[in-house]
Amino acid sequence: MARKTFPRTALAALSAVSLLALGACGSGEASGGGDTISVGFSQLGAESGWRTANTESVKGNLTAENGFDLTFVDAQQKQENQIKALRDFIAQDVDVIAFSPVIETGWDEVLQEIKDAEIPLVLVDRTVDTTVDDPYVTWIGADFKQEGITAGEWVVENAPDAKIFELQGTLGSGAQVDREEGFDSIVGEENIVGKATGNFTRAEGKAAVEAALQAYPEMNLIFAHNDDMGLGAIEAIEAAGKVPGVDIQIVTIDGVKDGLKALHDKKFNYVVECNPAFGDQIADAITKIVAGEEVPKETIVVDKAFDQTITMEEIDARAF
Amino acid sequence: MSAPTAARAPRAAAPQPRRPSLLADLRRVTRHQLFWPVAALVVLVLACGVYSPGFLDVTIKDDHLFGQPIDILRQSVTPLLLGLGMCLVIATGGIDLSVGAVMAISLAVSLTYIDATGPGTGTALVAVAIGLVTALLIGAFNGFLVTALGIQPFIATMILMVAGRGIAMLVTEGQITTTASPAFKSIGSGFVLGVPTPVVIGAVVFVLVTVLVRRTALGMLVESIGINREASRLAGVRARGLEWSVYAICGLLAGLAGLVYGAPTMAADANNIGLMKELDAIMVVVLGGTRLDGGKFSLAGVVVGSLLLTTIERAVIIFHIPSQVTPLFKALVLIIVCLAASERLRKAVTGAVGRLVPARPQEAS
Repeated sequence: MARKTFPRTALAALSAVSLLALGACGSGEASGGGDTISVGFSQLGAESGWRTANTESVKGNLTAENGFDLTFVDAQQKQENQIKALRDFIAQDVDVIAFSPVIETGWDEVLQEIKDAEIPLVLVDRTVDTTVDDPYVTWIGADFKQEGITAGEWVVENAPDAKIFELQGTLGSGAQVDREEGFDSIVGEENIVGKATGNFTRAEGKAAVEAALQAYPEMNLIFAHNDDMGLGAIEAIEAAGKVPGVDIQIVTIDGVKDGLKALHDKKFNYVVECNPAFGDQIADAITKIVAGEEVPKETIVVDKAFDQTITMEEIDARAF
Repeated sequence: MSAPTAARAPRAAAPQPRRPSLLADLRRVTRHQLFWPVAALVVLVLACGVYSPGFLDVTIKDDHLFGQPIDILRQSVTPLLLGLGMCLVIATGGIDLSVGAVMAISLAVSLTYIDATGPGTGTALVAVAIGLVTALLIGAFNGFLVTALGIQPFIATMILMVAGRGIAMLVTEGQITTTASPAFKSIGSGFVLGVPTPVVIGAVVFVLVTVLVRRTALGMLVESIGINREASRLAGVRARGLEWSVYAICGLLAGLAGLVYGAPTMAADANNIGLMKELDAIMVVVLGGTRLDGGKFSLAGVVVGSLLLTTIERAVIIFHIPSQVTPLFKALVLIIVCLAASERLRKAVTGAVGRLVPARPQEAS
């Protein structure tokens, strides 16, 4: 007897917790009709301003008013948290699961479980590398490779003889692999004097550039896989008595506010946007999937690119 | 630092009392616990200097010191501060896994306060005080779990290692709080008489801690707890109170490390500040010759360990090592240092050499 009651109480506690979680999302119990779409969204973390803007956009579009019942879980950049969240979504039997994978590999088992549970999966922003057949219904995100290519094309056109130091993102992340591949395919290996990782953070970007200034004295252009590392590079370059944007040009990807301000201050030379505000497109795709409509396998969010002619008005008008 | 030398010197010199030759001196030096870490550090720095001319240059730029060695000093302060606290905790036979998370919390608290109040110098001072007090309280909480409730240190501090980032996230409301405060920023990127402020902070803290534990009986008492808790308690050592304060100090230093690490960018990134830094802290303590099972400890070893760790991270870029194999290079250097310092391995090697060269008289053991 006692054995039987234990899981039941546990289950009751669990459902109470999940009810609380739903309540915390601000979804009204009033919307409880059959036509609300329950969505489990596992965000990988809040590691950058870009991610925060992306989260805001998702939460702002998958609202109760728009007919969604969103369970949002932040994985704090740990794959195990994310796998746990995905399993919870399966247990809750949500209508659609959406997630941004923290890294590309290691998802085989949980993706198979999602598939077995016949819950449609929407991949957001990042991709997965898996042996599971046809693991997701649609992928919505930026084309990292194209961003790298756009950055590379600017370099080829404006600084064809540049000696480039590439500041890589967290090794193995989709953004690092694809941006590097796209960029390197355009500028050519011979122009890239060195590479090192700055883990997408300002502090480590700064440390890497400090060392690179010594290790690669010929370097005159830095390509950073995100704005934050580029901002760290500015500090290191200025500390060395050089002028960022002139002595050493800086090309970055992302287009967060601080990055665009640096561009406006002529410390960055070129910024390829990675648009985070595509919650509306996610909401759109989820609605279509639930309605049984066809959705394209890939939806690429359109990215812009900016050079130093950007104005403060343009920067202030942006949502992130 | 002097205690272990004194303890070992007679043992090493004993076998050949009549012939105090150069060889014996050399052997005694190489047996010092800090010999191999220092040797590795010197070799690595020199190798960088040879491979990349100008690496060793220190110049004066805008009235302050500038150069790769200065950068290394500045960056080694974070592992140093963490390591000093960790060293004391380890000496009592404990461990503190929460230091990385404590870094994130103290920075989050300080920057959130500045964000809410304003960029003034007074605000910055209050922010530092609040951050440090928070860290001290967290350290005291760890100490409470370990000493008052008797939870094993590994588990007790793991609680905050896991939950601490959540607390920091609560403080920052899940955002990366970015603010501006010149006074606060100078903690991390400013200069005092041309020397980077973090280096000054690190040096002052090192001297304070050293004086505290080596000029009083405190260090010996901490060691006695680590060697045999029950015996020291019976001998009248107040183990509980002492251990408690050691955890509190460790928390305080971790908080300071968080402020120094995060000040240059002024961004309270709850997810990434101090991530995996607890392992760095343990590593620099062990590199410095302090054993994980408690007892004798070396604060000077922590200095050497943190310099070595920072230099390895920099050397990776100086040597143009591809980022994919960077962790391998790091591991390789650390393994070599640990193997070289291993007494058992050394005995095995000298034993083998001794058998090959039978002419020389062997040690009794």
